[in-house]
Amino acid sequence: MIRFILLQNRQGKTRLAKYYVPLEDSEKHKVEYEVHRLVVNRDPKFTNFVEFRTHKVIYRRYAGLFFSLCVDITDNELAYLECIHLFVEILDHFFSNVCELDLVFNFHKVYLILDEFILAGELQETSKRVCIFSYALTIPYIL
Amino acid sequence: MNPFSSGTRLRDMIRAIRACKTAAEERAVVRKECAAIRAAINENDQDYRHRNLAKLMFIHMLGYPTHFGQMECLKLIASPGFPEKRIGYLGLMLLLDERQEVLMLVTNSVKQDLNHTNQYIVGLALCALGNICSAEMARDLAPEVERLLQFRDPNIRKKAALCSIRIIKKVPDLAENFINPVAALLKEKHHGVLITGIQLCTDLCKVSPEALEYFRKKCTDGLVRTLRDLVNSPYAPEYDIAGITDPFLHIRLLKLLRVLGQGDADASDAMNDILAQVATKTESNKNAGNAILYECVETIMSIEDNGGLRVLAINILGRFLSNRDNNIRYVALNMLMRAITVDAQAVQRHRATILECVKDSDASIRKRALELVYLLVNESNVKPLTKELVDYLEVSDQDFKGDLTAKICSIIEKFSPEKIWYIDQMLKVLTEAGNFVKDEVWHALVVVISNASDLHGYTVRALFRALQTTAEQESLVRVAVWCIGEYGDLLVNNAGMLNVEDPITVTESDAVDVVESAIKRHASDLTTKSMALIALLKLSSRFPSCSGRIKDIVVQHKGSLVLELQQRSLEFNSIIEKHQNIRSALVERMPVLDEASFGGRRASSLPNTVSTSNGTAVKLPNGVAKSSAAPLVDLLDLSDDVPAPSSSGGDFLQDLLGVDLAPATQSEGTSQAPKAGTDVLLDLLSIGSNPAQDNSVSTPDILSSAQDHKPAIASLDVLAAPSLTQASSSTASNMMDLLDGFAPAPPKPANNGPAYPSIVAFESSSLRLTFNFSKQPGNPQTTTISGTFTNLSSNVFTDFVFQAAVPKFLQLHLDPASGNSLPASGNGTITQSLKVTNSQHGKKPLVMRLRIAYKVDGKDVLEEGQINNFPRDL
Repeated sequence: MIRFILLQNRQGKTRLAKYYVPLEDSEKHKVEYEVHRLVVNRDPKFTNFVEFRTHKVIYRRYAGLFFSLCVDITDNELAYLECIHLFVEILDHFFSNVCELDLVFNFHKVYLILDEFILAGELQETSKRVCIFSYALTIPYIL
Repeated sequence: MNPFSSGTRLRDMIRAIRACKTAAEERAVVRKECAAIRAAINENDQDYRHRNLAKLMFIHMLGYPTHFGQMECLKLIASPGFPEKRIGYLGLMLLLDERQEVLMLVTNSVKQDLNHTNQYIVGLALCALGNICSAEMARDLAPEVERLLQFRDPNIRKKAALCSIRIIKKVPDLAENFINPVAALLKEKHHGVLITGIQLCTDLCKVSPEALEYFRKKCTDGLVRTLRDLVNSPYAPEYDIAGITDPFLHIRLLKLLRVLGQGDADASDAMNDILAQVATKTESNKNAGNAILYECVETIMSIEDNGGLRVLAINILGRFLSNRDNNIRYVALNMLMRAITVDAQAVQRHRATILECVKDSDASIRKRALELVYLLVNESNVKPLTKELVDYLEVSDQDFKGDLTAKICSIIEKFSPEKIWYIDQMLKVLTEAGNFVKDEVWHALVVVISNASDLHGYTVRALFRALQTTAEQESLVRVAVWCIGEYGDLLVNNAGMLNVEDPITVTESDAVDVVESAIKRHASDLTTKSMALIALLKLSSRFPSCSGRIKDIVVQHKGSLVLELQQRSLEFNSIIEKHQNIRSALVERMPVLDEASFGGRRASSLPNTVSTSNGTAVKLPNGVAKSSAAPLVDLLDLSDDVPAPSSSGGDFLQDLLGVDLAPATQSEGTSQAPKAGTDVLLDLLSIGSNPAQDNSVSTPDILSSAQDHKPAIASLDVLAAPSLTQASSSTASNMMDLLDGFAPAPPKPANNGPAYPSIVAFESSSLRLTFNFSKQPGNPQTTTISGTFTNLSSNVFTDFVFQAAVPKFLQLHLDPASGNSLPASGNGTITQSLKVTNSQHGKKPLVMRLRIAYKVDGKDVLEEGQINNFPRDL
C-alpha cells in the first residue's frame, strides 16, 4: 500500500503531497523534511530505494523534481518505480511537456489526475487515456 | 460585496506569492489573502467560495494553518453543482483527515452523493471516501459501496472496489459482505476493474480466512486463465508499457496467486505452468519486465515446493545479480536472503557474484551482500570466503569496516577448521582493523592461543612480526604484549618452529623493546599499559639478564597518576627487587584456559560475566584491593582444574595461582564476591546452588549465583581485561603479605587421614541423602564428599536441585549432579560430588544447611534441613 506521495523540488519545496494515512500537520512537515533530506543527497548511482523509518521510500528524479513514494516493506519496488514513471508520463501528456511551473499553477488539476490514477493507496487505472480524459477533468474551472 | 473578496484570481495570488523575495514578504501576502478569505467566509459569500477554497488549498500546501476553511469544504460539498462539489471534495481530502471530528458532519452529504443520479458525482464521493473515511463512516456507508460494486459504469465499479479496500481495513468484520461481489469482479474484462478487483480480493484474503478458502477453491483456475490470456495477448496500445501489455496487472495477478497458493498444494499445482511460462518468456531488458520477473520469483518461492520452478527462480535471481543496474541487484540480494532458507545449495552457486557485490560502491548493496555472505558460509567454503573478505577489509570504507570486522570475526570463530588457520586469520584482522574488534573477540583469541600449545612459538613470532609493521591497532598490541609476556622464551629461542615459518632472530632486549614501546606509546590506553606492565614482570623472570632494565622501566610508573599503573608498578618493582625467590613461581606459564567453559559462558551469559568483571574492576582501582585479601583466601577451592604445580610453593600458592585460571570468568566470579558484599559466597541458599546444567565443571556454580546479583556498574569495559591481571596482581600483593608470614614455616606434613564413616545427612519421609567422605593425602583441610539421593516415595521427582550453605570458615564447592530426575521408590539415585575446605580444620567441625527443591506431578516441593552429624575431624 502506498502511504504517501510527495513531489518536491531540489530546494525542498513540496509541490504535491498526498497522504493515505492520517498524520498531524506538524508530523507531515517533519516527514516531508526528512524525506527531502534523504533523497536529495543520494548519489544517482545508488539504488532508488531507501529505508525510511519502518517503511521504504521509492524515489526518482525528473529534472528538478523528486517523485517519492512511501510504501510498505514487503512491496515490489520495481513495480512502484514503473508506477512513478507512468504518472510522469500522464502528467506529461496532460500538460504537453510538463514543467514544474505547470504543476504549481495547476495544482488542483494535478490532484484530480492523481485521484484518477491512485486511490486509497492502491493503483486504480493503468491506462493513460482513461486518467487524462476522465470526466472530472473535462469540466473547466474558473478560478 | 466585499471589495477584497473578488480581488485576486487564484493565478494572480500564486504569482504574487512566488514574486516575494523574502519569507517575511511571503508571510505578509499570505496574511492578507487569509484575511480576505476569512471575511468572505463570514459574509457567507457564495460566488467565490470555490476560488477561496482553492486559494486556501494552495496556502495549506505552503505550510500555513488553514483550519478556518474546513467548514467551507462542507458547504461546497453540499452545493448542487458539479464544479463546486469537485473542489469541495478536493479541499476535504487535503485539509482534513480521518481523525478530525468535522468529518462526521460530511457523512450525510456523502451518503446522498453516493445515491446521486449523476454518476460522476458518485465517483467524486467514492474517491473522497476511499481516501479519508474513518471507521464510523465506513460502517455507515458500507452498504452503499457494496451496492455500487455492481454499478453499470466500470469507472464507478473500480472506485467502489478500492473504496471497499479501505472499508475492510478499517472495519474487518464487514469483510464477509464483500466476498460475493468480488467473485464477479474477478471475471471482468476491463483492466481497471480487474486490477482493483484483484487488489480487493488480495486484501480480503489477508483479513478473512473464510474468504481465502472460498477464493482458493472457486477462483484459482479463473485467475490462472486470466493471466494466461494476458501473457499471450496481442499488442494493446492503451496498456502497453515497454512491449508488455499492462505489467501492473501481471504483477497484481501474480501477487494474488501467491496468496492463494501459499500453503495449499492443489492451488500451487494449478499455477505451475503459468508461472513457468511467465518466468521464461518475459523479457528482462526493461524495468517493467524485471518487475514482473521479480514478482514471479517471489511467488515461486512462497508457494508449495516444485523443484524445477525453484531452480528457475534462483537462476533468474542469479541473472539479476549480474545486471549492471543497482536496483535490480539490490532486489536480487533481498530475494536471495529469503531463498537461502528454501534452497541453500542453489544460492551457493552464485557465491562469487555475491562476493563481488560486497565490494560494490553502493552502501545498501554492500550491507545486503555481506549479510548474505554470512549466511552462506559453511565448513567447505570458509577458507576462500574469509580470504576474500579479509582482503577486502584493507580497502573498505571506515564506516563499513566495523560491520565487516564483526562479521569476519564471527565467521572465523564459528567455522575455523584448525587452530593455526584461526590464529592466522585473526592476526590479519587485528593488523588491519584491530580497533574495530570487540573485546570478547580478542579475549577468545587469547583463550585459543593458550590452548594451542604447539602453536605458542609460531603465534608469538607472528605477533612479534606483526607488531614491527603496525603498532596502531590497540587490540593487536594487547594480544601481542600478552603473548610476548607469556611465551617470550619461545620467541627468543625460536622454539617450536613450523615448516612454514621463516626464522627470525629476536634477542631478549628486542622483546623487551617491543613491550616497552607499547607502554611508552602515547595512544596506548590503560588496559594496554597494564597488560604491558605485567608482561614485563613475566619477562623479567624469563630473561634474568634484562631484569635490571625492566626494573627501570617499571619504576618509571611509580608516580603515575592512574592508580592502576601506580599500584602495579610498585608491586612488581617490589617483586623484582626483594622477592626473586618466588618471582619465577608467580609468573610461570599460565595454565591452559578452559575453552569450553569460556565459550559456553560467553554464548549464554556474556553480558553478565563482563559486567561482573566490570564490577570488580571498578572496585580495585579505588584501592579496595586489600579488602579482597580475606575473601581471596576463601576462594581457594575454585581452582578445581589446576594442574599439579611445578613450583615449590605448596598447595597454598598453587591455589592462589589458580585464581588466574579462566581469567575472564573465574576471577570475575571470585572477585565478584567481595564486590557484592562478603556474604555473597556465604549467603545461605545461594552458595553452591547447582543449576544441574550440562555447562562445564567448576565455576559456573559460583558464577550463576553471582549472576543473580546484578552489578550496579557495567560501563567500564576497558577494565575488563585488567580484571584478570587485577586478580593476579592483587594476588601477588596478598601473596606477599601471606607469604611474608608463612615463608619460614614449612608446609604441614601431609595428613593422610583415616577413612571416614558415611553418614545419613538428611532424611525425610520422601527423601534420603547419604554422604561418603574421602580426603586427598596431603590436603587435610579439604574433604571430598560424594552425596547420594534416594527417593523414598512412590512418585518420580523431576527438576531436582540440591543447594547447600556453609558458614564463613568453610568453603564449599558443588559439582553438577548426575541428573535431575529421581525415580521413585529407590529405583535409581542421583549422585553429586561436593568439596569442602575447612580453614579451621581441627578446631571446628563441618556443619551444613541444605535445601532441596524438586517437582512432583508438576507441583514444587521444598525441603530444608541442617546437617550436624559430620564426623568430628573432617
